[in-house]
Amino acid sequence: MNSKDNTFVIDANSRTPLNLKEIWEFRELLYFFAWRDIKVKYKQTFLGVTWAFIQPFLMMLVLNIFFGQMLHFPSETLPYSVFAFTGLIIWNIFSSGTINSSNSMLTNAVIIKKNYFPRIILPLAAVIVSLFDFLVSLILFGGLLIWFRVLPDVFRFIAFFPFAVLIALITTIGTGVIIGAMSIRFRDFRIVMPFLIQLLLFITPVIYPISAVSNKTLYHVLALNPMAGAISLARAALTHNPVDWTIIAISGGMAAFIFILGLLVFKRNETLISDFA
Amino acid sequence: MKTILEVISVSKKYSLSGINPAYQTLSGSMSNFFRGGKNEAREFWALNDISFEVKEGDTLGIIGRNGAGKTTLLKIISRITSPTSGRITGKGKVTSLLEVGTGFHLELTGRENIYMNGSILGLKKKEIDAKLEEIVEFSGVGEFIDNPLKFYSSGMQLRLAFSIGAHLEPEILAIDEVLAVGDSLFQQKCIEKMTSIVKSGRTILFVSHNMQALKTICNKAIVLDAGKKVFDGTAEAAVDYYNTEHRLQGQTINLLDLSRGKYAGELIFRELKFASPAFQYGEDISFSVLLKTVNPSARKDNVIFGVNVVDRFGNNIYHVSNLLTNQPFTHNADADGYQFSIKNNLRPGQYTLTLCLTVNDVVQDFFTELVTFTVEEGNPYGFSKTGFIQGMVFPGFEVKQNARETIIK
Repeated sequence: MNSKDNTFVIDANSRTPLNLKEIWEFRELLYFFAWRDIKVKYKQTFLGVTWAFIQPFLMMLVLNIFFGQMLHFPSETLPYSVFAFTGLIIWNIFSSGTINSSNSMLTNAVIIKKNYFPRIILPLAAVIVSLFDFLVSLILFGGLLIWFRVLPDVFRFIAFFPFAVLIALITTIGTGVIIGAMSIRFRDFRIVMPFLIQLLLFITPVIYPISAVSNKTLYHVLALNPMAGAISLARAALTHNPVDWTIIAISGGMAAFIFILGLLVFKRNETLISDFA
Repeated sequence: MKTILEVISVSKKYSLSGINPAYQTLSGSMSNFFRGGKNEAREFWALNDISFEVKEGDTLGIIGRNGAGKTTLLKIISRITSPTSGRITGKGKVTSLLEVGTGFHLELTGRENIYMNGSILGLKKKEIDAKLEEIVEFSGVGEFIDNPLKFYSSGMQLRLAFSIGAHLEPEILAIDEVLAVGDSLFQQKCIEKMTSIVKSGRTILFVSHNMQALKTICNKAIVLDAGKKVFDGTAEAAVDYYNTEHRLQGQTINLLDLSRGKYAGELIFRELKFASPAFQYGEDISFSVLLKTVNPSARKDNVIFGVNVVDRFGNNIYHVSNLLTNQPFTHNADADGYQFSIKNNLRPGQYTLTLCLTVNDVVQDFFTELVTFTVEEGNPYGFSKTGFIQGMVFPGFEVKQNARETIIK
């Protein structure tokens, strides 16, 4: 393609829709941002990428002692350790992904002010970093399944598990870009996010199964949190239990809604970002 | 020649509360909302109705004082920020080099940083692969290239950053004052590299305070003043225009009739008079300043002058003020004159004065980089080639051999 024929127009009065083609053109930059963040995160740490699963592993041990062994929380026919670990790694995609992508605008403010690229690349790269951590922790996840002899139905696993991860990813991108765009204008978000995420952990079935909620209305309201569906589905991938598809549909729908809302909010604020960064 | 870039009445407005993020909190925004959404922010036009066009292969210089809107213009053309009104059409890829080394990370190696920075500047990985050897060669960092950046000296970091910038090859390249830093040898190397980019037919937009470099590199130029375009023509003519119209030269300079920014203006500058038309090396820079009282009933005690001496790159070399010596004046009558005498070890060249007048901490009058004066060729050392001597100032110094009693132990 002769790039000299690439006419461009910058018009103050036109609103451009989300330019997917442009994001695709900048895919290498997306890769480099994610690569830089992963590299820098684990460089000069003694344990390196093993940190990606040490954290959920230790968390799992503690949860298992208190909720599994002492309080006998129900765990949907799974050993409580496997039950908790599955919840934690899916939850971590969301918690670290949202916090990192909401910070990504401010930590890269210098680059934003001096260079042009589709701004959405920054929160996307932050989510990729969380996805990388998730993939690393899958190694330990596999080990746990073998240790506790949890033998999932292969087809069921392949159909359910990636779908659960997809719901989690879409939700994370959605909330990440909303908070990312807003935190540029209102730094309040930066302070309140870690706290909010912690709060959300308790209304998400990470340490307890959603089926433990006996109140039917509350049960469905909880499913409005897309992470509830994602985690339930990820666990269902390991068992032979029947799946409540209503829950999954509500969560999946909400995930799609948050994702689209995120892109719209981000697009609306994109032009302001470099002025406020 | 075909037009490659056309800028049609572009304006950019900033609301001053928006510039300072400290004011942007949720509560501020909400209280604003409940007051009926009335926006009390002060508006400020960084660019006002700018139009010009650039032909293929042109090198357009953009000249103006600090705050004239030069960088904002480059940012709009390269899409970093969007215009408030107006339209720009262009052909090909625009890359902006507003700063070198953006995205450099100290933990990454030189090589990794080339990929990171190059990619931020819009290069594809394949293009970086192809230019890598050349960039490393040009930067002269040698075998350090695979060491983390934190082990580089600041000079090496800068050279590496420049080298990446110098190897960009978009259709339109927008450069902002990046040559103003770095040691002079490397600066020369960069100017040569830029000249060769120009010869290869690329279109360049070049913002600089360095009039000499601007005349060498650019064939056309525009002059901006307070967000408006005030001149458009050849680079030579633009530099002349800027020097005569926007930098006041001569021994006696009338400051009364100049357009002013929005300052209190109860007491203003009337005239500035230099002791001589040009200063010799080492001769004190002496001048006197006269004022005019606009509002006779205003207070006239605690009068403070601030004078900066700025070099052609925009560097602030001297800051002189009666605040620093704790000698506030009381202005009794306009017949009072104020005498300045500044010790001078400046290298030969052109300098400008920034003048500021405050009464009781309220800025009354302010001119940035306005009045020009010259320090004539020569040096205190008796060295034949003044141009060979580096550094922004020429200090006095002594070098002795075997003077045992003076060796510092």
